[in-house]
Amino acid sequence: MDDLLQEFIAETRETLDALSGEIVAWEANPGDRARLDAIFRFVHTVKGSCGFLDLPRLARLSHAAEDVLAAVRSGERAPDRALVNAVLAIVDRIGEIVEAIDAGSPLDDSGEDLLVAALEEGSDEVAQINAALVQRAPARSVRLNVDLLDRMMSGMSDMVLARNELSRRLRGADVDPQIEAALERMSATVADLRDTVTRTRMQKIDALFSALPRMVRDTAAGLGKSVTLQVDGAEVELDREMIEVLRDPLVHIVRNSIDHGIEPAAERRAAGKRENGRLTVSARQSGNQIIVEIADDGRGIDTERLVRKLVDAGRDERALRALSERQKLALVFEPGLSSKDEVSEVSGRGVGMDVVRAAIEQIGGRVELDSVPGRGLRLQIHVPLTLSIIPTIVVAAGGQRFAVPRQAIEEIVSERNESIRIDHLGTAEVATVRDRRLPLVTLTRQLGMDSISFGETMLAIVNVGEGSYALRVEDVLDNEELVIKPAAPAVMATGLYAGQTLPDSGCPMLLLDCAGIARDAGLHFTRELIAEEIEETAEVESGISALVFIDLDGVRRAVPLALLDRIEQVDANAVRFAAGRLRLTIDGRIVPLVARAEFAESGTGSVLRLKDGEAEIAYAIADAADIVTLPLELVHADTPGPVAAVALVDGEPVELLDPHWLFAAHVAGGAEPDGGPVCLLSGGEQEWMRGFVKPILEAAGYRVTDTLAPGERADVVLTNDEHGAMSDVAAPVVRLRSRRGEAVDGSVYRYDRDGLLSAIASAARKG
Amino acid sequence: MEQLFLIAHVAGRTVAIEAEQVESVVDIGTIIEVPRATGHIRGLAALRSRVVTVIDTIAALGMDRNGREPGRAVITRVDGHHYALLVDTLDDVAPFELQPMAQGIALTGAWRAAGRGLVQRDGEPILVIDLTALVPGQNSANLAHVA
Repeated sequence: MDDLLQEFIAETRETLDALSGEIVAWEANPGDRARLDAIFRFVHTVKGSCGFLDLPRLARLSHAAEDVLAAVRSGERAPDRALVNAVLAIVDRIGEIVEAIDAGSPLDDSGEDLLVAALEEGSDEVAQINAALVQRAPARSVRLNVDLLDRMMSGMSDMVLARNELSRRLRGADVDPQIEAALERMSATVADLRDTVTRTRMQKIDALFSALPRMVRDTAAGLGKSVTLQVDGAEVELDREMIEVLRDPLVHIVRNSIDHGIEPAAERRAAGKRENGRLTVSARQSGNQIIVEIADDGRGIDTERLVRKLVDAGRDERALRALSERQKLALVFEPGLSSKDEVSEVSGRGVGMDVVRAAIEQIGGRVELDSVPGRGLRLQIHVPLTLSIIPTIVVAAGGQRFAVPRQAIEEIVSERNESIRIDHLGTAEVATVRDRRLPLVTLTRQLGMDSISFGETMLAIVNVGEGSYALRVEDVLDNEELVIKPAAPAVMATGLYAGQTLPDSGCPMLLLDCAGIARDAGLHFTRELIAEEIEETAEVESGISALVFIDLDGVRRAVPLALLDRIEQVDANAVRFAAGRLRLTIDGRIVPLVARAEFAESGTGSVLRLKDGEAEIAYAIADAADIVTLPLELVHADTPGPVAAVALVDGEPVELLDPHWLFAAHVAGGAEPDGGPVCLLSGGEQEWMRGFVKPILEAAGYRVTDTLAPGERADVVLTNDEHGAMSDVAAPVVRLRSRRGEAVDGSVYRYDRDGLLSAIASAARKG
Repeated sequence: MEQLFLIAHVAGRTVAIEAEQVESVVDIGTIIEVPRATGHIRGLAALRSRVVTVIDTIAALGMDRNGREPGRAVITRVDGHHYALLVDTLDDVAPFELQPMAQGIALTGAWRAAGRGLVQRDGEPILVIDLTALVPGQNSANLAHVA
């Protein structure tokens, strides 16, 4: 956080320096819109950073100034002398506070109320507070002009190329070994220096991402929403300059997502979404760009509302209606537009988006929106890759060499490899690499070149973020770190190349844009993260996994896999009728054996070893049949017994064993535990609770019941009702949830035995 | 006012190029193709430690190459990128006065886009061309921005 604070201070100081001219100009001419916008942006940015850095005083001042400036922008207030003075006093005060923070010296906040009050309409006097003289702390780091770094970088690139040329010219010639040694030394130095220079410019995007979890949490909490953040690609390296430029836009976008995008829990529930909003922030390199993606599963952008707002603001409705959906979406970037009706503390009034776009475009980037109403908004920031030295794989196609970014390549396999299968599906080709089915793109064909080699070809498995495909090349030649420079616009316009380079060979080479080639080849990857998850959840909810077996009496029965420790072959001699029941001697222990018919007289037989909690029983079977996922619809048995329910598996009825009954009936002492803490089962799916949970709890020493006897008191309540209130029982409640994944509400996944037991135990202690 | 012009021959025509546009004049060696590139791009060539984009000037002017395979090129810099425009031969650099295009001369196609005026060399009128107009990608880049 210290780094962030330092950066904030340095940045604010610099902006203030730059702004001083604007302020004077605005003072001279309050009607000047451009000056107004510049000052507005400044206070807006300060406000954003303050919330982020937890600087409430600055936040209050900047928020107040922003409100007034917004009113001026929308024409609600006239920028009269008093207003201008009041705003300038606040800007000055911001500068003082920033200096005070930097110096670590206290600055008393008296007079700040007056400053804020002076902004009010009708107040005519600006309270001039005597500014405490604050000394600037000496800088701990040097801020360099980016131009200087640029020149250093391009000088470095040229040096690498000159070194390459030198070594190429010396190669083959009869050279004095001393010269060769000197060249080698130079090469090593150049390589070192190149790394260093690259590092001076590059920074992991983690510098941006690391602050997100806290910010998301605070923002969401402030709005009473719950949001799960997922961050990917924090290790992607980006130009420091880009990191700086991206900081504010990222904050704006994330806040907008939480504030405007993600709906309140109740609304989400009504829409059939999980209560927790999901926010994914990721970074990846794609071709000659870095893509920072912010995706939420909120309500998306309501273009209809955008249009209405603009119409209300006096825009031509006909022209707006005539826009394509895509263009309507882009209206979000219109300056001064609020996509939300109320102004909120968190993201202000949507002013962020025009500022965001301006900032990104300033560095040659662009912002792309992909909104699905009701499903979410995906916002991609594309920033150009100025990173100029990248590791590549050199491949051959059509008698020419091409470089492919090594980062994009997952693996390289020979097409002749036995585990590779190539199939033609209509006009498309598909490569199956170890059970992975990948679209296949032939580079020579895609580039419209004549294929030179008809022999063995190689497949490079390329990942382009959204998905992977196999790129067929004629050969893989080399592994080289190359200085990549942007190619001419007409070359880039093909969409197939990410840049050009001059390797040691002295022959120019093109760097392929793998994502561009995929696009060109018409590959479409589904990147519906949310859809995938729904499927996954559906699968989990469709039932539990169970082993289907043929019982000794020939009936097909099933037992939940969770109970099954293993299937074992046992000798008939190990089974004895002793102390009133069948017992199996196994692993030096005696366990109760359940057999629904005669166990084999001699030879061997199969047993299921079922474990639940502490106890173990063996269940003799004729044969194991299959592992299936049981359907949700179970026909429950009318009376308690060894069979809990009947399920339909592949059109055949299968009896589901009742683990509870089995353990209760066959484990000594396990049937009637008393004196233990009382656990009350509540909620729906009573059979499931009785059949699956009860034995676990009883084995752990709890007395488990559905209904409390008069006068009985529950120590803990276990429910699978995810939302219902337990107002009638005065005991701690443990909730089960049917979805796997991280618990946010303190609930326990219903097949997480350890989690369940520990939750019950700690709740029972409390009760 | 006179300024310096480089006199070159392209597709059998004599043309004049403002010396300010010319960074150097070189012999082009191996040209590496840029598959699928449009806009009369012949390919890439190495020029010392730099990569230049080679433009087929004859094609860019909409002329027939007639089997000519120019080996010389004029290097120019447009928007930070270096381009080599292939020419048949090069004469000399000399000062001329740029005159407006004579009345009634109707240039068509690429010539019209590139033509900037005339210079007179010993009574021979020579068309002044703007190399920037022959470099592809400028317009399309703008279009992409708009879209």
